[in-house]
Amino acid sequence: MNIVMESDLSQSIVEVKDVSFSRGDRSIYKNMSFSVPKGKITAIMGPSGIGKTTMLRLIGGQLKPDSGDILFEGGSIPNMSRKELYEARTKMSMLFQSGALFTDMSVFDNIAFPIREHTELSEDLIRLVVLMKLQAVGLRGAKDLMPSELSGGMARRAALARAIALDPELIMYDEPFAGQDPISMGVLVKLIKSLNEVLGLSSLIVTHDVNEVMSIADHVIIIADQGVIGCGTPDEMRNHESPLVQQFLKGLSDGPVPFHFPAQTYADELLGEKA
Amino acid sequence: MLDLFQKLGHKTLGRFAALGRSTYMLFGALVNVPNFKKGTPLLIRQLYMVGSQSLLIIMVSGLFIGMVLALQGYTVLVGYGAEDSLGPLVALSLLRELGPVVTALLFAGRAGSALTAEIGLMKATEQLSSLEMMAIDPLKRIIAPRFWAGFISMPLLAVIFSAVAIIGAHLVGVDWLGVDTGSFWSIMQSQVSFQQDILNGIIKSFVFAIVVTWIALYKGYDCVPTSEGISKATTETVVHSSLAVLGFDFILTAVMFTS
Amino acid sequence: MNSRKLEILVGFFVALGILAFAMLALKVANSGISGSGETYTLNAKFENIGSLKARAPVKVGGVVIGRVESIYVHPQEFLPVVNMTIDAQYLCRFSDTSSISILTSGILGEQYLGIHPVISPNSAEQRCLGQVVTENKQDEAIDDLFGVDSKALGDGDSITDTKSAIVLEELIGQFLFNQGSE
Repeated sequence: MNIVMESDLSQSIVEVKDVSFSRGDRSIYKNMSFSVPKGKITAIMGPSGIGKTTMLRLIGGQLKPDSGDILFEGGSIPNMSRKELYEARTKMSMLFQSGALFTDMSVFDNIAFPIREHTELSEDLIRLVVLMKLQAVGLRGAKDLMPSELSGGMARRAALARAIALDPELIMYDEPFAGQDPISMGVLVKLIKSLNEVLGLSSLIVTHDVNEVMSIADHVIIIADQGVIGCGTPDEMRNHESPLVQQFLKGLSDGPVPFHFPAQTYADELLGEKA
Repeated sequence: MLDLFQKLGHKTLGRFAALGRSTYMLFGALVNVPNFKKGTPLLIRQLYMVGSQSLLIIMVSGLFIGMVLALQGYTVLVGYGAEDSLGPLVALSLLRELGPVVTALLFAGRAGSALTAEIGLMKATEQLSSLEMMAIDPLKRIIAPRFWAGFISMPLLAVIFSAVAIIGAHLVGVDWLGVDTGSFWSIMQSQVSFQQDILNGIIKSFVFAIVVTWIALYKGYDCVPTSEGISKATTETVVHSSLAVLGFDFILTAVMFTS
Repeated sequence: MNSRKLEILVGFFVALGILAFAMLALKVANSGISGSGETYTLNAKFENIGSLKARAPVKVGGVVIGRVESIYVHPQEFLPVVNMTIDAQYLCRFSDTSSISILTSGILGEQYLGIHPVISPNSAEQRCLGQVVTENKQDEAIDDLFGVDSKALGDGDSITDTKSAIVLEELIGQFLFNQGSE
């Protein structure tokens, strides 16, 4: 078991070691550790409000952990200088929940944007690259539309095309399936899977859509209670002994994570007695 | 009582923190090697948004303020038989005070609030975050061109405002109320000094440009990214920058025009 | 909005700004006579300058030819000295026999300087400008008449024939004194 772990670590693109993070007085993570293997699809799951998006921002270096270390390709993100951090960020990209397309430019210009900023390619070459990326997400016909003219699913696909514009080594998806109809959800699932295979990049998906992500993930990490409560392949997770993991995967309304927000007893409150 | 002091101290510290954050933002945006090839189109776009689009409101208000000044000034001056001094009265009040100040106030309402709302929405829709994740500094890409556009536009707008207002005053004073056109211009010329009045007015308007644009950008950049947060930030931009303009105007006037 | 249209509109805005600035500089302010290199300075010592102020106009027959630059008290004689800048086209045109007085425009108006010019002879003007003097019978005749070579006023020269401002109190005092002595 130990030997397997070692080889896993050597091939991981992101390693989170003993990270603690708090916002104000509220502790979000306590001594959390996990690693994201290279070239695989990794899913981070957990109930809403436990700071999954925060995790992505920590990996992207937009937030700094209170303690612990985050390694990206062996380099420590929290200890990087600004220049090194910006260099590291050119190798990763992030798909935001809202897509975060620039509303003042067309779809084509949105996807050309990172290429224009970071390379000195000629406009002809940029056109070719952009068309290739748009073809990959099936939006070549929408290249002249403005972001406001796209549906939610299309906007997310366009944002995906922008995220892969510079051929990153790691893509982080922040809730890619939230608020999508079944068809666009299916399209996105297929896209994430095929991009991972074709481009050989590593994917990190943060989500709470269990069924979709279990179908494509190679590695699943479940977060709750300020730490990792279980990790492994989807099959391992389905047979996990932790009741919390089972509750989350099966979507039971009550269990270790209580249905009720902490409060005084129902009867007391109804009768108006002060706690 | 202790509670009150605690609150007061907390608020003061908060003000200092805001000043620190806004200074940090401005420095982050401005201290860098300019890249003219990539920067110029961005600047031109912002000059259009901030400058050209404010042109109409500035010119219309300038015209009316000039006409009102002439009308009011005339009724007072004619009592002393000094209606020939209408020219310098209008020109001096415009160049020294009204031009820079009214332009700055209109600019805060027209362009400042738009800047705050735009950047606040960019923050709310994660566009700023996504720039950061693309390894592009939003301070340099978003804040810097907008700041420079404001810095360049405001003095130009103030100069246009004053010129249009003087034309408006001429329209009312000379063409309607019958002040002699020769004395209107010549007494104005003999009383208005290029360095003392025109240049000082332009310096004022550069200062106002920094103040208003800075506040507008900071409020947008620092806002709570929700709809209430953005609406609050937009209001604060207009209120704070208007007050700041009036305060700075007093200081500048005291320094420039009293000796 | 394509970028060409954008550039045109911004260009229009900037051009309008420059135009407005030019109008303010040329039409509203008196940028002609002040600061720029085309002036020369003259001094004049007065008994009393009344309420003459810096930037007051210097006129010849009502035409503004310069401005008062500064006023200070002579360190030894304790008399006010007025320093004025005059348009360069009048350089060496006035003779040193010209007189200058402090006048008031209207009854309540501002005070200004009036020069009563004596035109300097050709030869004096040429001497003042540092040119070779061409002999001229008429000039020599004038010089002979006064017994000295007449001089033209160049940069930094002083007008000696000055008439001070009329101060109302002194005028009244004088009038009463004269009345009393009669």
